[in-house]
Amino acid sequence: MENIDFSLVNWSRAQFALTAMYHWLFVPLTLGLSFIVAFMETLYVRTGNPEWKRITKFWMTIFGINFAIGVATGIILEFEFGTNWSNYSWFVGDIFGAPLAIEGIMAFFLESTFIAVMFFGWNKVSKKFHLLSTWLVAFGANLSALWILVANAWMQNPVGMKFNPDTARNEMVNFWEVLFSPVAINKFLHTISSGFVLASVFVVGVSAWYLLKNREHLFAKRSIIVAAVFGLLTSLFVVLTGDGSARNMAQFQPMKFAAMENLYVGQQNAPLVAIGILKENATEADHKKQDFRFMIEIPNMLSYMAFLDPNAYVPGIQDLVQGNATHNLLSYKERSEKGKIAILSLAEYKEAKKAQNDSLAKAALVRFEDNYKHFGYGYYEGRELHELVPSVPITFYSFRVMVGLGFHFMLLFFVVLVLTLKDKIAKNKWVLYTALWSIPLAYIASELGWVVAEVGRQPWVIQDILPTIAAVSQLQPASVQITFWMFFLIFTALLIAEIKIMTKQIKKGPGEDVPSTESASANN
Amino acid sequence: MFEAFSYITLQHYWWIIVSLLGAILVFLMFVQGGQTLIYTIGKTNDERTILINLLGRKWEFTFTTLVTFGGAFFASFPLFYSTSFGGAYWVWIVILFAFIIQAVSYEYRSKAGNFLGKRTYETFLLINGILAPLLIGTAVATFFTGSQFSVNLMNITRLTGDKMPIISEWTGPAHGLEAALSLHNLTLGLAVLFLSRVLALLYFMNRIKHAEMMERVKKQLLINAIPFVVFFLTFVIWTLLSSGFAVNPDTKEVFMEPYKYLHNLIQMPVVAIMFVLGVALVLIGIIRPLTCFEKCSTKGIWGAGIGTVLTVLALFLLAGFNNTAYYPSTFDLQSSLTIQNSSSSQYTLTAMSYVSLLVPFVIAYIWVAWRSIDNKKIDMEELNDETHVY
Repeated sequence: MENIDFSLVNWSRAQFALTAMYHWLFVPLTLGLSFIVAFMETLYVRTGNPEWKRITKFWMTIFGINFAIGVATGIILEFEFGTNWSNYSWFVGDIFGAPLAIEGIMAFFLESTFIAVMFFGWNKVSKKFHLLSTWLVAFGANLSALWILVANAWMQNPVGMKFNPDTARNEMVNFWEVLFSPVAINKFLHTISSGFVLASVFVVGVSAWYLLKNREHLFAKRSIIVAAVFGLLTSLFVVLTGDGSARNMAQFQPMKFAAMENLYVGQQNAPLVAIGILKENATEADHKKQDFRFMIEIPNMLSYMAFLDPNAYVPGIQDLVQGNATHNLLSYKERSEKGKIAILSLAEYKEAKKAQNDSLAKAALVRFEDNYKHFGYGYYEGRELHELVPSVPITFYSFRVMVGLGFHFMLLFFVVLVLTLKDKIAKNKWVLYTALWSIPLAYIASELGWVVAEVGRQPWVIQDILPTIAAVSQLQPASVQITFWMFFLIFTALLIAEIKIMTKQIKKGPGEDVPSTESASANN
Repeated sequence: MFEAFSYITLQHYWWIIVSLLGAILVFLMFVQGGQTLIYTIGKTNDERTILINLLGRKWEFTFTTLVTFGGAFFASFPLFYSTSFGGAYWVWIVILFAFIIQAVSYEYRSKAGNFLGKRTYETFLLINGILAPLLIGTAVATFFTGSQFSVNLMNITRLTGDKMPIISEWTGPAHGLEAALSLHNLTLGLAVLFLSRVLALLYFMNRIKHAEMMERVKKQLLINAIPFVVFFLTFVIWTLLSSGFAVNPDTKEVFMEPYKYLHNLIQMPVVAIMFVLGVALVLIGIIRPLTCFEKCSTKGIWGAGIGTVLTVLALFLLAGFNNTAYYPSTFDLQSSLTIQNSSSSQYTLTAMSYVSLLVPFVIAYIWVAWRSIDNKKIDMEELNDETHVY
């Protein structure tokens, strides 16, 4: 295909990436802090100790500041599927729309209704009803994550659907397959637990700052205990589900897996590169080949990680692009030819139907169905096939930094928990500083997880079926550029506002639990 | 149970649900209307704080309803999502932008260190308050007046030539903003804007305990009700007397039928009753507080609110039912969207219909939660006892 406006495709991708990444700056804290606040309030209701109420209310204020901007950035994402990816909206809307609607009906109303009770109900409803509301907010926030992640997982591993040639789109045939696809379940668990870890790092880090400033000792230690226990448990879970993600990826998205590992030539007993520095190979730039300047390998580990078998064969980038007969891999050239047959057969089918020539229509349909699994590759027929290889350095480094930071957080939770229980935390300045500086690291790790997942699957919007070049809306690139910068400016301004408000609030501290102080400040 | 429904019944069922969500959204836009009245009704800092806190406890429901409306429309009529959002790009982007700036404004306005300053956030609320009802009303008007686009599902197989394989192509000159240049569309946009202000005033009457503010509210009610009625009647009469986009039920061919929407009203008596009842309730909701303020002022929002939902629901049904194209194309009549040619598959509509059974539970818990925190009228005293103030 020569008729592609890459400026349009790339600006549309940039806009989606921008909004998704901004949105994700706020979501994980909402997911995790909602539970942490619920634990704290439960302790308050159980013990009746007003200190726990003070702790709960402080973190709830922080939650509210973060929540508002999460909502602001979230609305754009939902509508961008329509505004910027209109072909996508029709081509898979029959499957993809449902989780979005269910998210609204089941989760968003739960969240927004009980958030009102959580903030405004302290003096109006019973303690138990208030506690229930706080739990429902946590439950609602995480339920909304379920549905949107089911939708995302479906794009990575499309299941439960069948292409309907008469409507020229994919249609859902099994809702449960979409909902309970192993990729969906794993993605949901990995993502929410990573949010729990981020929120725990946040609470530990902010509490460490109070200890460094020699303020609010009881408040800080109690907060640390709740967050470190939660963080330690959930970070173990992140490792487990991360392992599951890698296995899913090896099975359903082998190119993403090969790029993430910089595995150029496939092999059995593939080793895992624990640490590595890449160097571009000038001679084979077409296939984006990267050499290693330096690396530390763990033998057989990659084969084991991918297929639970140290002897398993893991295909490399070259095998996927150029094909590998021994391992039954078609080359991208063959796949693009088959994809083109699928696309053209669909057109023939429609023509034959219109002309009421049933036998021709039937023959075209058979050809179409035989080749449908290569459908998306058809748009690349006659194009440079290296366009089908994602950026290796971005996925390779993002993955390693994310994993490394994940283990760092686990160790951090363990150390601060032990020190706090022994009541020695306040004296260990370097641990406190590490905890404080781990807050930005948690955000980096969290964003990098999405970078691996999304950059690694380029150019596929729907794996193997729909590439970005066939999913985009018909717009002037200039229009998308303008909206990109509009969103960039407003999101950045709001982010600055959010950070400034939050740091002010933290510096102010939890304060006394007398209502007049807060309302007095609100009237300024 | 939904498996027993025919495809066409499910398509009608989902059009009703989407219409109902749209109708509730228009009612809940009283929050937007209120945002345009903060400085008209609130003359002192305290008074404005009362108003903002009153609206601030409800804005999320409007917002969530909008998001759910979008999601439900996507799930049930994806071709609309694809055609309208991708095509009328600018009008939707401006609407979305107006909601982004709203979402943070309540929470950040009075917080220390808010970077942009209190007035900026109040301006954000004002911009959202004007643009959201005006442009959503204008966009809904295109359901009756049409837009310029073409849809060809087979474009997905376009591998050669100078055009990309994109199924919906907008031919309107300004990617949606042209809708706001049509007087016919604008009358509905302005009607919704003034309606949202009227509803806000009725909501204030229901919730505020403050004599001087009540005087201003009462005065504003008449000032805003008159343009609302004028614009609304203009739109309705104009639409009923215009040609509409009819569909031949056998050939599926779209054609222009004189007085189509008037015919729809006559041929669907239930919708006609709903419409008349809705309009009557809105008018009663407005007039009663003007004539017997002491006793009736708290109830106006209920009459006008229910009336709004019924009226908007009836308008959506007029646009989509009785063999009518709900999203017509004036560029290529046969590209017009109907509830049949733009809907999801029967399987998806069936699955989604089960989810729709949750809606009564959602409404029930919203009711319980609101009752628990809105149990008395608001004044400065109440806000001083409050721990979370905007």
